[in-house]
Amino acid sequence: MNPVPLNPISEKLLRTVAGYTGQFKGAYNIRQDSGCAGRRSTDAVRIVPLPQGKPGIEIHVAPGARDETVYIPATVTRGDVHDLTYNDFYIGDGARVAIVAGCGVHTDDAGEARHNGVHRFFVGRGAQVRYEEKHIGEGAGRGKRRIDPVSEIYLEEDAHMTMDTVQLSGVDATDRVTTATLRSRAVLVVRERLMTTADQVARTRFNVVLEGADAGCDLVSRSVARGRSRQEFYSRIVGRERCHGHSACDAIIADEAVVTAAPHLDALSPEAALIHEAAIGKIAGEQILKLRTLGLTEEEAEAKIVEGFLK
Amino acid sequence: MLELRNVTWSLPDGEVIIDDLTLSIPEGRLSVVTGPNGGGKTTLAKLIAGLVKPTSGQILLGGRDITELDVTQRARLGISYGFQTPVRFKGLTVQGLLETAAGRALSFEEMCELTGKVGLCTMDYIDRDVDASLSGGEIKRVEIASVLARGTQVSIFDEPEAGIDLWSFNGLVDVFSALKQRGMTMVIISHQQRLLDIADEIIVISSGQLRVQGAHDRVMPGLLAGEIAGHCPAGRKVGA
Repeated sequence: MNPVPLNPISEKLLRTVAGYTGQFKGAYNIRQDSGCAGRRSTDAVRIVPLPQGKPGIEIHVAPGARDETVYIPATVTRGDVHDLTYNDFYIGDGARVAIVAGCGVHTDDAGEARHNGVHRFFVGRGAQVRYEEKHIGEGAGRGKRRIDPVSEIYLEEDAHMTMDTVQLSGVDATDRVTTATLRSRAVLVVRERLMTTADQVARTRFNVVLEGADAGCDLVSRSVARGRSRQEFYSRIVGRERCHGHSACDAIIADEAVVTAAPHLDALSPEAALIHEAAIGKIAGEQILKLRTLGLTEEEAEAKIVEGFLK
Repeated sequence: MLELRNVTWSLPDGEVIIDDLTLSIPEGRLSVVTGPNGGGKTTLAKLIAGLVKPTSGQILLGGRDITELDVTQRARLGISYGFQTPVRFKGLTVQGLLETAAGRALSFEEMCELTGKVGLCTMDYIDRDVDASLSGGEIKRVEIASVLARGTQVSIFDEPEAGIDLWSFNGLVDVFSALKQRGMTMVIISHQQRLLDIADEIIVISSGQLRVQGAHDRVMPGLLAGEIAGHCPAGRKVGA
């Protein structure tokens, strides 16, 4: 493998989306414009290319690994790049690992800059995974900035995975698809935060199957839609056994934005406890008023409310 | 001194809620505004804080006409207002709200002092969101703490006792007493005798008009006599 040099646009994006400080501590793979800009394995985390020339990598985390962090950020730094990559994670039984997977897309021309990351997570028994993903779009070009992540999650018995995803600015279009299958006592927690402005569009789809007894999931999406942006939120939770499933879509809407939220629950057992909450509305006038009584202007109050909401 | 001169406030349908009210609230004293439900007490508080603007009349603070100043401007001038029904926020923590109120970051010790005054343990609440997960009593205490955090010249509390248990309320009475000693101008809307008892000044508002105003010792006997007699001083005009 001959890594391509990291360009300045990438470096800046990496600092924003993946906490890059000129280096990463632990295992990492940096993807830049469909090439590899650096890779390192550690004793507990082995990163290898996918077989047969398929774009992407396999990440193997050893069973019982403790407090490892793996960085797998990706950047697209110019127009007319459609980066498609497959990342397969094999998390050993009882391992405890954090995965940092930020993505930044940048175009200064009329060409589209697009990243399409397909992640598969095979999480072993009793393993604990924290997955952090920050998305950003930048650049002065007219070309669209697109990020379309696909996540397929398989949690074995007693596995626990938390996904924390943030996309706050600059991405013109995103289509997020997350599917998960959970064995007995496995738990999936998702915290999604999203902000769209101008003519941006964002679609999020969750499909979670609680297959084993006492499996649980908690999906919470908070979003702010401004300008003429459009957001769609679809969630489906299937409970096959005694289980707990909860999803919540909470959206602040302003200007001429449009938000759609469609929950779907399938209880295939009388022991399946499934809940969905959805609330869409503008910022409550009384919230602004309260903050104004503390000395904030209307604009400062709005910013404070949005900042807290998407925290 | 806070003054209202001939202030009237009407609903869009013309119903008069505050009716040609003229009132002086003494500086550095604790004034308790009381009176029958629906008599205009909360509207009076909102008029002072700027949440509603008078249909006619003037409001002055320290001799300066603040009638046209908006909520933010009045807050920056030193008026604080504790809501009767506190507002809930998704994602804003107790610490975040209190720091916003104080206008600066607060140390753990400062947070302890503030929340302790309203009977909350900082350890349990510092990271809690000011949202639906707080009970009515808890959020009311946070609301009061947000006013205390500002430490402004004038503080208005709208029924601070509502939703607060007896034990915490005792502590709250002590807090108001201590603030009184420090010479803060406080306006408390309340029906609570414990608060009436520590008032320097009692103001009775009914049907949007001032019925009685005066020192505690002068007004209280009349209030209680009215209660025993089965009617309230509402029927009596000032000086009647």
